[in-house]
Amino acid sequence: MSGLRVLVGCKRVIDYAVKIRVKPDNTGVITEGVKHSMNPFDEIAVEEAVRMKEKKLASEIIAVSCGPTQCQETLRTAMAMGADKSIHVEVDAASYENLQPLHVAKILAKVAQDVKADIVFTGKQAIDDDCNQTGQMVAALLDWPQATFASKIEKANGDLTVTREIDGGLETIKVQLPAVLTADLRLNEPRYATLPNIMKAKKKKMEKKKPEDYGVDIGPRQSILKVEDPPVRQAGSKLDSVETLVSKLKDAGLVPS
Amino acid sequence: MSLPMRYRVKHLYKTLLHLGKDYPRGYEYFRSRLHASFIRHKDVESTEEVEALIAKGEYVVKELEALYMLRKYRTLKKRYYDA
Repeated sequence: MSGLRVLVGCKRVIDYAVKIRVKPDNTGVITEGVKHSMNPFDEIAVEEAVRMKEKKLASEIIAVSCGPTQCQETLRTAMAMGADKSIHVEVDAASYENLQPLHVAKILAKVAQDVKADIVFTGKQAIDDDCNQTGQMVAALLDWPQATFASKIEKANGDLTVTREIDGGLETIKVQLPAVLTADLRLNEPRYATLPNIMKAKKKKMEKKKPEDYGVDIGPRQSILKVEDPPVRQAGSKLDSVETLVSKLKDAGLVPS
Repeated sequence: MSLPMRYRVKHLYKTLLHLGKDYPRGYEYFRSRLHASFIRHKDVESTEEVEALIAKGEYVVKELEALYMLRKYRTLKKRYYDA
């Protein structure tokens, strides 16, 4: 089964190191002038795809991203890491605010059929909305098996043996191809996109598409009512004696009185 | 310094500058120190010495890549896996 085609979804998110600030009118978070980068879990997915290619399991890696023009930078990073080509599904900034996993899943499913992908690979979730839905929905839409939260992927005859991270342990499953995979944190350690590779990536092909090209309606299904900061942690206090500590603990009902 | 070596030094500097963009204490902090450390060795002429310095620089490149990888991994682990 040499020559698998891998489609990797890459989301552009606010960089993991940036302190997120909520807009004063509580409609969302501030994205202007904030550093963005590829979703770390998607980076892991790209890395795994590249390793599959290095092991000659995969023949072609196609990176795809939905969003405004700046997503092209994310795709360039994916290509610098080793993706062969990319597809940018352009969604203007206004519609992008209402773009939800379902829309992205519909687009990814269409793209997967379009490019005849054998594997759709994404990160398990994005670090901005933490939805953890896209991969699962793509699998449902395509009616393909899914292996989510993958922490190890091996080829076994015509199938893939995938170790999944689940609550309290690991689960090993076998999936038939074509399949949808989502990457967990411990799958691998993504390589750094080096400068020469970024330069080389500029020569790689990037297709520009629109959601309409895939016949996907990106009208919002949900509306955001309010975005708020998490509650601030109450400051602690220093006590001067053990007695006060014990009485405080008793007041709080944490020790039997 | 021979021409190919001059190119390698330049390439190393560019690589480090590129890595500096993600430096936790900021690009400017990194750039000024990087520049100073290259200037400090501007009069080094012998091939062996330059070779050693390039090796040191390449070591720093690897260290920085590892630093960023670990920093990202730790942030995510803290955010999603430590209850």
